[in-house]
Amino acid sequence: MRRVFGRSGHNLTGYGFIAPWLIGFLAFTAGPILVSLFISLNSWSLLSDPHWVGFENYSRIFEEDPLFFTSLWNTTYYVIFTVPLGLAVSLALALLLNQPLRGVGAFRTIVYLPSIANIVAVSVLWLWIFNPEFGLLNSALRVFGVDGILWLQSERWAKPALVIMSLWGVGGSTIIFLAALQGIPPELYEAASLDGAGAARKFFHITIPMISPALFFSTVIGIIGSFQVFAQAYVMTGAATPGSEGGPNNATLFLVLYLYKKAFQEFRMGYAAALAWILFFIILIFTLMQTRLSRRWVYYESEGG
Amino acid sequence: MAARPPRHPDFRTLLRSGAAYVLLMVVSGAFMLPFVWMLSMSLQDAQGVYAVPFRWVPPSPQWENYAEVFRLVPFARYLLNTVVITLAVLIGTLLSSSLVAYGFSRIRFRGRDLFFAVCLSTMMLPGQVTMIPLYVFFARLGWIDTFLPLIVPAFFGSPFYIFLLRQFFMTIPREYDEAALLDGAGRLRIYWSIILPQARPALITVGLFTFIGTWNDFFGPLIYINSTQNATLTLGLSMLKTQIVGSGVTQWHLLMAAAMLVMIPNVILFFIAQRHLVKGIATGGLR
Repeated sequence: MRRVFGRSGHNLTGYGFIAPWLIGFLAFTAGPILVSLFISLNSWSLLSDPHWVGFENYSRIFEEDPLFFTSLWNTTYYVIFTVPLGLAVSLALALLLNQPLRGVGAFRTIVYLPSIANIVAVSVLWLWIFNPEFGLLNSALRVFGVDGILWLQSERWAKPALVIMSLWGVGGSTIIFLAALQGIPPELYEAASLDGAGAARKFFHITIPMISPALFFSTVIGIIGSFQVFAQAYVMTGAATPGSEGGPNNATLFLVLYLYKKAFQEFRMGYAAALAWILFFIILIFTLMQTRLSRRWVYYESEGG
Repeated sequence: MAARPPRHPDFRTLLRSGAAYVLLMVVSGAFMLPFVWMLSMSLQDAQGVYAVPFRWVPPSPQWENYAEVFRLVPFARYLLNTVVITLAVLIGTLLSSSLVAYGFSRIRFRGRDLFFAVCLSTMMLPGQVTMIPLYVFFARLGWIDTFLPLIVPAFFGSPFYIFLLRQFFMTIPREYDEAALLDGAGRLRIYWSIILPQARPALITVGLFTFIGTWNDFFGPLIYINSTQNATLTLGLSMLKTQIVGSGVTQWHLLMAAAMLVMIPNVILFFIAQRHLVKGIATGGLR
């Protein structure tokens, strides 16, 4: 075989092609990571020079900042409910949309559409859907005799409201599951039928293992994404005065919203950078845990042999 | 799922698909309802919003609500800004990501696999970690309240799109490049006139994702843009919401009309390019 691709002279050409990414990586990722670490060890309001405080920002966050724990709890609550519920709903939808029916494509479109809609527009829409008096949701609930839930105006219902809203946007993972379902060879089901397996057995012993890579992918993406929930809370909660975002009694003060307020409303850059690092480690731990656990339940065809 | 449907479907099959249709109707009705409600709200007059019971079909549809939005806020300006930013980001992302993907998929050079691994691992990094230094950096450059912080990074490749394009490039037979290389064509030439034309489907997918992501971006404009004249549609809508909710004057019909206007371009694009989008998501999720 001719070694057209192996000469050492290709090093420079190679670096040339990846140069945009390499420069961008240094300027917009690696450099800022180091600077971010440095900023997090300083007290800095942007107006004066940064002033070194060591790990004080971190120790303050953990020892003297109840709002941090509120935001951590709010975010965890949001993740714990949106991710599993989102997976269950999108899997159920994918199974339904996978039925060999005429016109099913139109239904797929409808389910997918909300997930690409503009998040601020969606937030404005749902802000009014959750209106206790005139909103769509309470109007519908009144039919069933339920009334008076204040949703975004109530400390108790603000987070569930955002979880409900998130379920409207599960179209993306529905499409991923749908593609995975369509990749399952029909012979597997036929063989199982011959062996006398029922629908439940087929679901748990064929469907779930065969789509487990897609399940894993959606779980990881879902966790990372919902830990960073921001726009909904920013647009939908709090009154019109800047600074009041985060809902009734901080019920929807999520980590990224808290970080945003510290950085861009209070201009406490060091403190906000420290919060960002804590957020990063939380996401990292969850992702690593998922990856670890995945070895037990995710089935990759190429490895399985 | 079933191998081949029987010529005369039996009663059970009919019942099954009947039930599936009913379920599909109910589910997709629930997904559509907020959109329909929004459209209806946007055509109400100021009182219609508060009518109990709500009149789904407004007695006299107020189409001028949409024109009113353009008078209330510089909506045309927002639209223009969004189009300019989105186009620039599209060009930057497509060019840089495909160039880098070509390097990673077609050229052997020292440290390639390591660089590629680093590139992939940066996808894991939440943007919040680099957000503050980048803000400071762009502020020092005097780029606050300009489009530059939103546009310039796009010209340096995006890891996820580099990954997607690299996967696609690897499916293009190498014989094409080898032949061209022996004919004396340069690498850039091969990239431009052999690889890119063949990678059209992948480029369209990346372009669509980029369009939707940039058009919908909220966090970027929120941080970097602070004047009305430089705002994007998304940021402008957020400011309008604050203005309307804060004023106490009830103009929800106008807010809904504005939200409709912000949403519509995506929806249109979606209907035009549905096939590519769905395929892209499916392959992106099934690596």
